[in-house]
Amino acid sequence: MAIWLTRSRNVTCHLNINLGLLRILTQSYGRSSLTTSATGRNVRIPPHVGLLNLAALFSFQRFESVKAEKQHDSEDHGDEKQALDFPGGRVTFTSHLRFISESPEKRIHCYRVLDDNGQTIIGSNFQKVSKEIAVKMYSHMVTLQIMDTIFYEAQRQGRISFYLTTIGEEAINIASAAALTLDDIIFPQYREPGVLLWRGFTLQEFANQCFGNKSDYGKGRQMPIHYGSNKLNYFTVSSTIGTQLPQAVGAAYSLKMDKKNACAVTYFGDGGTSEGDFHAAMNFAAVMEAPVVFICRNNGWAISTPTSEQFRSDGVVVKGQAYGIRSIRVDGNDTLAVYSAVHAAREMAISEHRPILVEALTYRVGHHSTSDDSTKYRSLNEIEHWKMARDPVARYKKWVEKKGWWTDDDEAVLRSNVRKEILQAIQVAEKVEKPPLMDLFTDVYDSPPPNLCEQERLLRETIKKHPKDYPLDVPV
Amino acid sequence: MANTLKRLGKWASSISKTRYYSTICEEQKVQQSGKTVNLFTAINQALHIALETDPRAYLFGEDVGFGGVFRCTTGLADRFGKNRVFNTPLCEQGIVGFGIGLAAMGNRAIAEIQFADYIFPAFDQASVFSLFIYFLLRKTKCRCCNLPGFQHGSTWVKVRSSVKLPSSDTVVGINLTVEVESLYGVLLNLISHIPVLRVDLLSGLTIRSPYGAVGHGGHYHSQSPEAFFCHVPGLKVVIPRSPQQAKGLLLACIRDPNPTIFFEPKWLYRLAVEDVPEHDYMLPLSKAEVIRLGSDITLVGWGAQLALMEQACIDAEKDGISCELIDLKTLIPWDKETVEASVRKTGKLLVSHEAPITGGFGAEIAASISESCFLRLEAPIARICGLDTPFPLVFEPFYMPTKNKIFDAIKATVNY
Ligand SMILES: Cc1ncc(C[n+]2csc(CCOP(=O)(O)OP(=O)(O)O)c2C)c(N)n1
Ligand SMILES: [Mg+2]
Repeated sequence: MAIWLTRSRNVTCHLNINLGLLRILTQSYGRSSLTTSATGRNVRIPPHVGLLNLAALFSFQRFESVKAEKQHDSEDHGDEKQALDFPGGRVTFTSHLRFISESPEKRIHCYRVLDDNGQTIIGSNFQKVSKEIAVKMYSHMVTLQIMDTIFYEAQRQGRISFYLTTIGEEAINIASAAALTLDDIIFPQYREPGVLLWRGFTLQEFANQCFGNKSDYGKGRQMPIHYGSNKLNYFTVSSTIGTQLPQAVGAAYSLKMDKKNACAVTYFGDGGTSEGDFHAAMNFAAVMEAPVVFICRNNGWAISTPTSEQFRSDGVVVKGQAYGIRSIRVDGNDTLAVYSAVHAAREMAISEHRPILVEALTYRVGHHSTSDDSTKYRSLNEIEHWKMARDPVARYKKWVEKKGWWTDDDEAVLRSNVRKEILQAIQVAEKVEKPPLMDLFTDVYDSPPPNLCEQERLLRETIKKHPKDYPLDVPV
Repeated sequence: MANTLKRLGKWASSISKTRYYSTICEEQKVQQSGKTVNLFTAINQALHIALETDPRAYLFGEDVGFGGVFRCTTGLADRFGKNRVFNTPLCEQGIVGFGIGLAAMGNRAIAEIQFADYIFPAFDQASVFSLFIYFLLRKTKCRCCNLPGFQHGSTWVKVRSSVKLPSSDTVVGINLTVEVESLYGVLLNLISHIPVLRVDLLSGLTIRSPYGAVGHGGHYHSQSPEAFFCHVPGLKVVIPRSPQQAKGLLLACIRDPNPTIFFEPKWLYRLAVEDVPEHDYMLPLSKAEVIRLGSDITLVGWGAQLALMEQACIDAEKDGISCELIDLKTLIPWDKETVEASVRKTGKLLVSHEAPITGGFGAEIAASISESCFLRLEAPIARICGLDTPFPLVFEPFYMPTKNKIFDAIKATVNY
């Protein structure tokens, strides 16, 4: 303790000199100035920081000025002989007063297989895909795109009440789904309908949900896009951000206990990582050694909030290590990279009983939803760039074409068929009657308790008295 | 009084259910000098005034920076800067917890939760107010009178603005504190220490959140969770019915010495249009308002529901039933006196809210009034509320406590 005290006094003394210097520096640069801190990073001093606050600012800076570790894996200054046995393993001592840097010098790299022209990068290692899977992935990406375009239009025409597109994130949706098996349990956020499409949810089933008709598994009780399928191991979408994450860990634990050859896979956005549920889930997954794959779609935005206002870490991938979770960052617009990363993640999760975090870098090309106009908060150029230059579907198309697996004719046939099928699905879904009134009271409990029975009875009396108050398309 | 009833509702034709509301001016301050604005604009005005009149006021929440998903905070980040009006990470517990910390340091924290349906991650934070106060009570000692558990100091400034002592602008500064203390110290020492302490600790935490049905919101964009929060000791729950009310009540919440939660009827954001005075005014909390005088039955409600209740009153009038309609405005601590006085007169009571009937705040009102007015009641108290089911999409018209459900209940109660 005494040693620590002298040392810290020395540091303070040293810093006082520094502080004086810095003050002169800042003064001469005026009210908003660029100062170079001892770590070599530029510090912008905002104009509102008065002199008084400046002192506070630099007293904070002093910690930075003590040499910060450049990277987690930088050379070890620890004294191997002097160590502390501590829960979790031996901790070596060091005589250097040094803080771990808040971020590595370089950002974590991003795994990629296809270059911008859809060529496989020489020397890249990736999971081979058969022609069948490769073509199926492509056609599903196109189907997803067309479905989004037509459903979005249907909402604009007032035929459905709400919609939300996945445009720009087709590769994450389809390639991750392709790398899993049907036994893996999906816990989605809401921008992953492609996973469900891949698993065999039909366009008619999608349309039924959006129209909330009798054939919707949710019985018309939830907003459009809240898909779910028991049969396809796809938990129903919940609007509340983050709630699916700890739930996925519980399901994964069950799979492990039952010795199933399957894992739980959960999707979420960059915004979702700020919720407490994300942190609870990561920690639980690590401690419970649960076979769960966390797939973060870092698409730059959470409604109008850019990632710079969401977190200050190097994205999401670095959060894995803090929880003791193996992690990878992948180009989310590269179909082969997503496929390979998720394939490997699944293998490790199941065989080694451990969670894996995958951060896929991508972009939300569409508005957040039909309730949003994203040109209010982001530039058209930015949207155009991602839409045109970084389109995952176009990039992947070049690869399948070059393989000789896909032709212009295939493309024309696919597009026209899918269009027809979706328009047809919408027409059918629109005509199917709404779920019966009874469904309002079922599924709240396994069987309706007396209060619900009473409320149903009273409601039916009211409907008889005031039929005009109620929509005609709901059978009572 | 009925003549003074002024209907100002202008509704978009696309909405099948026509809703009206009426505003009778509070006798005090509110003059009809303003422009006709909708509810979100009235809230925007209130926030503008709150930030302008108190340099220690802050406004934050998800997507607040660009104006908020309901446009309530439009232009405020540009006007007051990103240090005072800002986006937060997507984390409700963070938003409310951050707000408590900010408020405890003598600031006015105005926290937005994007939808009341998403407030639950913050429930833990929002329900610890009373414990929080208690904890600090024991930790502190007053600097001026050494009373354990109490603290004076910069609080004087805050007190001055909230009790409306002369020169009501809020000034913050270490030096000023001393000065103000000597001016008002004697006076303030006469006031109980406890209110002073509370001013110091949580002089400003206001949680704003849109609540209620919109016609297409389904389970996660329609809920009315007010009853949960009425179970949190120390927290005030306030719900306005119209633009003019929203502005005055929100300013009162922001400047109230207690933490408050302010639920905004999102159905009315654009639909409700009314003359709203441009100046700074507050409407009293915990004071209900009789918005329609009557003699046969008392109706109590709040927020968007009042529009439907008023229509039911009008229908009942055609049948010769005279209804008295009360806007409770503050759910807790509620103005029992006004409701009691009315029930003593009419002998009948109907309460209506969108939230599920079981355990809703209507149950509390019914229980209290049956205790205090038992001998005056001529019929069982009626409750017309949401069903005990999750809020449904396709079945929304069935779930809702509609005008005709209320109308039928009025007749049944009056003819009991
Ligand atoms: C608990 C909760 N808080 C707030 C919201 C409102 N909301 C819906 S989507 C969203 C942004 C989500 O962003 P992100 O996780 O990045 O997903 P993305 O939309 O980009 O796919 C917000 C704030 C919500 N649905 N749930
Ligand atoms: Mg996002």
